[in-house]
Amino acid sequence: MLLSEDQEVQDTEALSEDEVDELLVEEVSIDGMCGVY
Amino acid sequence: MPTDGMPLRERFTQGLDAPICLTWELTYACNLACVHCLSSSGRRDPMELTAAEARHIVDELADMKVFYVNIGGGEPMLRPDFFDLVGYAVDKKVGVKFSTNGTRLTAERARRLAKMDYVDVQVSIDGALASTNDSVRGEGSFAAARTAMDNLAAADFGQFKISVVVTRENVTQLDQFSAIAESYGAQLRLTRFRPSGRGVETWERLHPTAEQQRMLYHWLLERPDVLTGDSFFHLSALGAPLDGLNLCGAGRVVCLIDPVGDVYACPFVIDKEFLAGNVRGDGGFAAVWRQSDLFRSLREPQSAGACASCGSYDACQGGCMAAKFFTGLPLDGPDPECVFGHGEDALAARDAAAHPGAAVGHSKVDRHGTPIPVPTPVRFRTRALA
Amino acid sequence: MSVTDERVEAPAADFDPDRAWRVHPQVALRDESFGALAYHYGTRRLLFLKSRALVDLVSALDRFENATAAIEALVPEGERAQYTRALARLAKSEVIDAH
Repeated sequence: MLLSEDQEVQDTEALSEDEVDELLVEEVSIDGMCGVY
Repeated sequence: MPTDGMPLRERFTQGLDAPICLTWELTYACNLACVHCLSSSGRRDPMELTAAEARHIVDELADMKVFYVNIGGGEPMLRPDFFDLVGYAVDKKVGVKFSTNGTRLTAERARRLAKMDYVDVQVSIDGALASTNDSVRGEGSFAAARTAMDNLAAADFGQFKISVVVTRENVTQLDQFSAIAESYGAQLRLTRFRPSGRGVETWERLHPTAEQQRMLYHWLLERPDVLTGDSFFHLSALGAPLDGLNLCGAGRVVCLIDPVGDVYACPFVIDKEFLAGNVRGDGGFAAVWRQSDLFRSLREPQSAGACASCGSYDACQGGCMAAKFFTGLPLDGPDPECVFGHGEDALAARDAAAHPGAAVGHSKVDRHGTPIPVPTPVRFRTRALA
Repeated sequence: MSVTDERVEAPAADFDPDRAWRVHPQVALRDESFGALAYHYGTRRLLFLKSRALVDLVSALDRFENATAAIEALVPEGERAQYTRALARLAKSEVIDAH
């Protein structure tokens, strides 16, 4: 997930909701591999 | 920190406890003779896994908690135990996604599939018009595939997929493929043509040009609803990454179980170089997945080799192992379709003897033993045969 | 996505931690070295739970009266906000559902 511009200037101590969530939960688009199926 | 912070993509390259997109080719038998067939299918292998052996594999997959299996071939619906096996898998909570040419997907079978829990169907075409499609898949194959799609729609099967291998000849028909999919409420899948199986012979004349690949990349970026199964990750070096893991999952996230139980790193490398073992050995499939030498070595960090100095290596990871192997290129170097043209340079420089020849595999052969590459006419079977 | 201050953040609107939650009946969890994979057989979506602690929390949810109780029992105080958000994320993807 791309970080928004806002997040680059925020206080480094307070992680954004996205960043914290990415540490624990991640969805990956993996409808197939190598494209066969 | 709840985790050690390793990016997920990197974790995947180290391998998983069980595969995710496992492919299982049920049979080498096929009633078509597509010119690009990745598995050189046509003739059933006499040592094909028995129905009992196939069920045993399903038992193993269930024990390993494999979520679903991608079934193909050859033409999987030619297996006499096709429905028994699919039902068996689904009952054990192993989902089934299968790929078919549609010639055996009668109205009655479509209705039968519609009643089953967790079965996903994919019908293959390689042209939006019969002429384009049939030049690759054989006279009558387009009509047969469309009939199968009509049967699925009439049976209220729900959403199915239409799968297309992108070639020089059909890459101009992308919008039309989209329209066909939309007309059925189906999902469109585009997949990369690799020089594997019978593709060794046809790749040079049929693989999309560099210009066409750039066009395809931009088309895909605008259509996130089109599935690619991570097939075009080599194009991610062109800019924003395409959806997916953008890495080669062979031996790490995926592998192939072939009709005689051989386990290969992926469906595009059916060659002894990438053979990890056989499910008929002690320890079955689980032992091969977890302990084979080949898969262990694939799960080590791979060398970027000649690509190390390229700023885009992280995006494309050097591309597809199969594409390199079957064009005689070194695995630690550029993909033959490297978007910056480094692959073309490498192809020009390679030793012609390094190019693996086309193996007959299970292709149908004429009376001289020569593979029949030309697609043969096919008719849609409205009546199931024994 | 706007910047949020962790201290005053509210849970996602559709996640009520005072309800009883459980792993969705159509979801299979498979342990991996780094946590677990969660696959939803209905939506065909695959998610990664990237810490063992989260996996343990999710697996234990149905043993507690509600999610708040589970979090208080299993998650150190300083991490409760982020684990609550993780549960909200899982609820949004239907990996867990209220029952």
